[in-house]
Amino acid sequence: MRVGVITFPGTLDDRDAARAVVAGGSEAVSLWHADADLKNVDAVILPGGFSYGDYLRCGAISRFAPVMQLVIEAAGKGMPVLGICNGFQVLCESHLLPGALTRNSDLHFLCRDQEIEIVNNSTPWTSSYKAGEKIVIPLKNGEGSFQCDDKTLAELEGEGRIIARYVGQNPNGSRNLIAGITNARGNVVGLMPHPEHAIDELTGPSAQGLGFFTSILNVMVK
Amino acid sequence: MAKIVVDVMLKPEILDPQGNAVASALPRLGFSFAKSVRQGKRFEIEVEGEPTAAQLAEIEKAAEVLLSNPVIENYVVRVEK
Repeated sequence: MRVGVITFPGTLDDRDAARAVVAGGSEAVSLWHADADLKNVDAVILPGGFSYGDYLRCGAISRFAPVMQLVIEAAGKGMPVLGICNGFQVLCESHLLPGALTRNSDLHFLCRDQEIEIVNNSTPWTSSYKAGEKIVIPLKNGEGSFQCDDKTLAELEGEGRIIARYVGQNPNGSRNLIAGITNARGNVVGLMPHPEHAIDELTGPSAQGLGFFTSILNVMVK
Repeated sequence: MAKIVVDVMLKPEILDPQGNAVASALPRLGFSFAKSVRQGKRFEIEVEGEPTAAQLAEIEKAAEVLLSNPVIENYVVRVEK
C-alpha cells in the first residue's frame, strides 16, 4: 500500500504522518504541493500545519495547489483521503467535505491530550477501531470549531457520517461535539485531533492513534 | 485608478468569537455603546481606470471562490468613489 503525504509550504506534521504510515505497515510517499503528480499512490494524507501561513482562511489557498486538483479528482473516484487538522480545513475549503472550521469558541490555541470516541468504524481510516471505542490523542489547533448549517448537520447525523466526537466538555465549540466527519461515499475523512502524534508511548500520550494508519491496509485486504 | 472594496462577514448564524471578545473588551475600557460586535475582513482592489462590467463580474466571482467561504461567510462588492 502506497500512502502519499502532501507537504504544502507551512505544513509541519508531514514527517510524523509519514512515520505513522510506516508504523501502520504501508509505504509513505512524499508529495509536493506544486507537483501535479500523485506518484501512483493508493491513498493520500493531508497533514496538519499552517499551509500558506493560514492566510485568508485556513486551507483557502492550499485548495488551489496543483496537487490538490489531482486529489479532488482521485477522491471523486473513491481514493481514500485523510485530512488531519489543517488537512481537514483544506478538505472543507475544497468542498470534498461539508462545513467549515472556525476559530475556537474561547479564542485560545488548544494543545492537549483529548479523548475522542470513534463513532463510525466503516471508513477506510477507522476500520481498525471498534464502534464506540474511546481513544486519547493530541488536539492542537486554533481553528477547530466545526460549523455547518442545520440541514448539513441533520444529514451528517442521519447518514452516520460523523466518524469521531469529543468526549466530555466541548473543547472548541464544534457543533454536536464533532471531531471528524466523512463524505457521502465514505472515502474522504477529516479529523481535527492528531492520530499521527499518538502511535507509540515514547512520543505520544498513547499508541491509540495508530489505528487510523493500520485501517488503510484493510482496504487492500478487501 | 478605481478602488473596489469587498467586505466579507461571517453569516449572522455563525458564532464570531473574535467579535464577542471585542464586545466584552469595550465596556472594560469604559465604552458602553455596543450591544454586539461582529468582526469581518475588508479587501481593497485597485484597477486601472474605471472598472468595467466584466471586471466587476470577475471580482464577484473571485469573492465567491477565494475571498469568502460561502459556507460561513457573506460578501459585498462595491466601487469606492
